This record gives sequence, structure tokens and C-alpha cells, in this order.
Amino acid sequence: MSEKILMCGNEAMAEAAIRAGMDAYFGYPITPQNEVTAYMARRMPEEGRVFVQSESEIAAINMVFGASAVGARTMTSSSSPGISLMQEGISYLAGARLPAVVVNIMRGGPGLGNIAPSQSDYFQATRGGGHGDYRTIVLAPASVQELVEMMYLAFDLADLYRVTVVILGDGFLGQMMEPVDLDKRPAPRDLPVKDWALTGADGRKQNIVRSLWLQDGVLEEINLELQATYRQIEANEVLCEHYGTEDADFVLVSYGIMSRIVRSAVRKARCEGIKAGWIRPITLWPFPYEQINAVADEPRIFLTVEMSYGQMLDDVKLAVAGKCPVLFYGRAGGAVPTVEEVLGQIKKLAVPVA
Amino acid sequence: MIETSLYEQVIIAGFGGQGVILAGKLLAQMAMTAGHEVTYMPSYGAEVRGGTANSMVVIADEPIAAPLVTIPDVAIILNAASFHKFTPHLKTGGLLILNSSMVQETVERDDIEVVAVPVDDIANNLDSPRSANMAAIGAYLQKHGLMNPDLAAQCLPDVLAQRYHKTIPVNTQAIQKGAEYVREHYS
Repeated sequence: MSEKILMCGNEAMAEAAIRAGMDAYFGYPITPQNEVTAYMARRMPEEGRVFVQSESEIAAINMVFGASAVGARTMTSSSSPGISLMQEGISYLAGARLPAVVVNIMRGGPGLGNIAPSQSDYFQATRGGGHGDYRTIVLAPASVQELVEMMYLAFDLADLYRVTVVILGDGFLGQMMEPVDLDKRPAPRDLPVKDWALTGADGRKQNIVRSLWLQDGVLEEINLELQATYRQIEANEVLCEHYGTEDADFVLVSYGIMSRIVRSAVRKARCEGIKAGWIRPITLWPFPYEQINAVADEPRIFLTVEMSYGQMLDDVKLAVAGKCPVLFYGRAGGAVPTVEEVLGQIKKLAVPVA
Repeated sequence: MIETSLYEQVIIAGFGGQGVILAGKLLAQMAMTAGHEVTYMPSYGAEVRGGTANSMVVIADEPIAAPLVTIPDVAIILNAASFHKFTPHLKTGGLLILNSSMVQETVERDDIEVVAVPVDDIANNLDSPRSANMAAIGAYLQKHGLMNPDLAAQCLPDVLAQRYHKTIPVNTQAIQKGAEYVREHYS
């Protein structure tokens, strides 16, 4: 067994990216993920790899585009307002079918908002975010250990499907420290050769990386290929976990750090004799529609809990498809639902009908 | 609520510069070294500049669900503002470690245990005013007995930046003095 060390999420994730073979990091500082950029600034030169602190987030994501186009494993990281600035670049990455990893350590919004943890970028992350019919895989870690393991997974999925993979964390996850085993990693995927990359066309047909297709019908073809890839991802890559759903009267759905608060609340509810359970989507796109839908086969009340004013709620409703009521509790803008508040919500539902 | 096994939620609070972040890291490092599960959550950014800073440490024997502490078992309070902010939330039967060098307020709750330790005076007597946080940790460890103060000294090198390693002896002394004060006044 390898030794655990105490690390904050931001630094652990940065180290995991390096161990996952990231060749180039581009980023622009923003709280609450500054430790990523600082860590990369120190460690990437040590490894003889590329670190650039760009002049803006827009520059960073376009540097990612460039590095990815030549076949490098590359990533950027930022927090909510910075990720908004990157949306054009992410759309271009999708159009050009370039793999990339983008980490969003979410903070309060809208606007510059504040630096407190938040989950208010769910819509942006899971619906594409920029223009055009595209998707990004969205992974939502709930612990520092998971953040580490998901970095390996993110790079593999990006390369496997030639898409952007978003790691959607929040200020808590970036800042909190937990014991972590950096050597624990998911089994590596079997990855295709990057025969589309711009590596010099000497002796082969030239590769072209672009997202502009003006010829009649070509863009539709490109879109259909993208859609086929997305269907494949939906079929193969859904991750979710659940607890107590076999007999639960109340099923709480939450992701990321919020799922840990919900877990505590559900445990306390069970101690008080209330049959509560939880479902935690680990991939937010592809979303575990089928898994949640199956749980909704029995009559139950669903309660979605988020550090937002109801974003994943829409997906939970789509998943439940009208079979059960879906309620919501959430706070945002720096406010965080506490264990006691969530427990209070469960108890309110559990009041026996006279 | 049945919680038979170890589940201790600690808040360390003071103003920015009093070392509550380092004190939290030290506790977390100790807990990990002692084989416990642990989470550590600092306040960060603008909050730390000027206002009150705090760190939350959860120490348990099972994997920890929520890393956020809203109703602490233990509050280690280094200034008056934090006293007012956190004392009302302390769990019934909880432990309040109070920096009596700086907090003169009367504790109005009678359902908690109060241990008042003049940690700034202890640190000043060691000619190391910034070691007050360590004296407070020493006091807490002595009072609760969850982990040995000697382990704190052993873990200091892991949480202090290399350039501060020269302060390890005096910080170790501060931990011991904090513990000693509690032995003399509260046992």
C-alpha cells in the first residue's frame, strides 16, 4: 500500500495531471484555484514540460487548442468567470475535435460574484456552454482522492473520444485538504493513435485541424459524427452511485461536495427512523437518466439538493419523467446548505399525514 | 443520533495572522499520522485578510461525509470576534478553548466546558508571539487526550514551510507550555 499524504484538492489535482502525462498547462490565476497555477509553475519546468501563465483566460484556452492540435496532452484550469471567458475556445475545440481537459473550481456568480464555493455553473458545463451542438464530458468529484483519480480518467476520455472533459469542482474541493494516495488511479484506457495531429506531413497526407466548414453539407456530416460520438459516450461512460434506494421513501440527489453533506443528513435521518437514501451522479454529462429513472419505478419523493437555485434539478426531472414528485432545496451565492438544513428538509417531508 | 466511534469536529478561529490555518493543518496532519480519517477546510481569500479566519478539521474513524463544520464539538478561539461568531454554535457538552490573553468576554453558556488559556502570554514569554496558535493546540490536545502533544512536535516539519523550520523548537515548546497550563489549571 502506498503512503497517503495530506494535500489540498488544487495541488493534488495538479500533481495527478502531471502524473497522467500532461505535456502542457496554460492558465490565468483566479481564486479559488490559484494553487493549481502556482503548483504547475513550479512542477512543470521541473519535469521539462510546458507551463505558460497566459495574459488572459481567452489566451489560455486557445493555447490549449494549439497544444492539442499538435497531439499534446493539455489542460487549463480556472474558476467560474474565467471559464465563461473560455467558452468560445471550448466550442472551437469541439468543432475541431480536439481533446482537452478543463477544470472549473466553481465560485459564486453571476458576474464576478465572489470567491465562495458554488455549484451554479451546472447548466454551462452540461449543456456545452458555447455555441453549436456540442457536449463536454463533465466529471464531478466529491473528495480530494476522487479529484486525483478523475484527472487520469479525464485525460483518457478526452483522448479516447476527442472531446473536452470538464472537471467540475467547487471552492471547497479545491481548498480542502484530505489524505490522498497519488498512486491510486483507474485502469488506463486503450487509446487510439493521434493520427489526426499536426506532427509534420513529411511522407504522409497533410492533416488539417479546423472548425470552419463552408462547403455544402460538410458541416452536417461533421455534426453527425459528433452526435455519434456523444451517443457512444452516453452508452459507455455514465457513472453514479447510490445508497439506501431499495427501501427509501425519500431519495436525495446531489453531486460533488454537496453529496457529502447530503450523505451526512441521510445518515442522521436513518438514525431517526426515516427511510431516506441518496443518488449521486458522478458524471453530470452523460447524466445517469436510466439509473435515476429505475429508482423512480417505486413511489417516492425525490429531493434535489444543490449549491445553486436549481440546475441539476432539470435533469433529475427529465430522469424521473413524471413518475414521482421532484422537489428542490438549494442555496448559492456563497451560502451552503448545511447538514442540519438538509435534515430539516427531509423531516419536513417525513411528517406523517394525519 | 448514535455515534459510538470517534467523530470530532473542530473549529479553530481567530483573525488573519494568528495562525489558525497552520494550527488546523497541524491537527489534520497529526490525525492522519495517527491513522484516523481526516478532512481540513480553511477559510480562504478575502476572508483571511483582516476579518476572521478559521479552519475546520474533522477527525473520525470512518470515512468523513461532510467536511463542513456547523456545530463543532470543539472551538479553539483566539480572538473576541471569533468568540462571538462561534460560541453560540458549539455543541451542547462541547469544549471551548479560549485565548484568555485576548478574550475578556464572559461565557454565558453553562452547557459547555470552557478552558481559558492565556496563549498570547505563553507565546510572548517564549519570545515568539506567533507561537500562540501552537500553545492553543497544546492546550486542546492536553484537554481532550485524543492525540499526544508529542505527536504535534513530530508533525510540525510536515506542515511548516522549509524556511520556517528554524521555528520548530520554539513552537514545540509552545505546544508543551499550552499543555502544561491545562495540566496545572484544569486537571
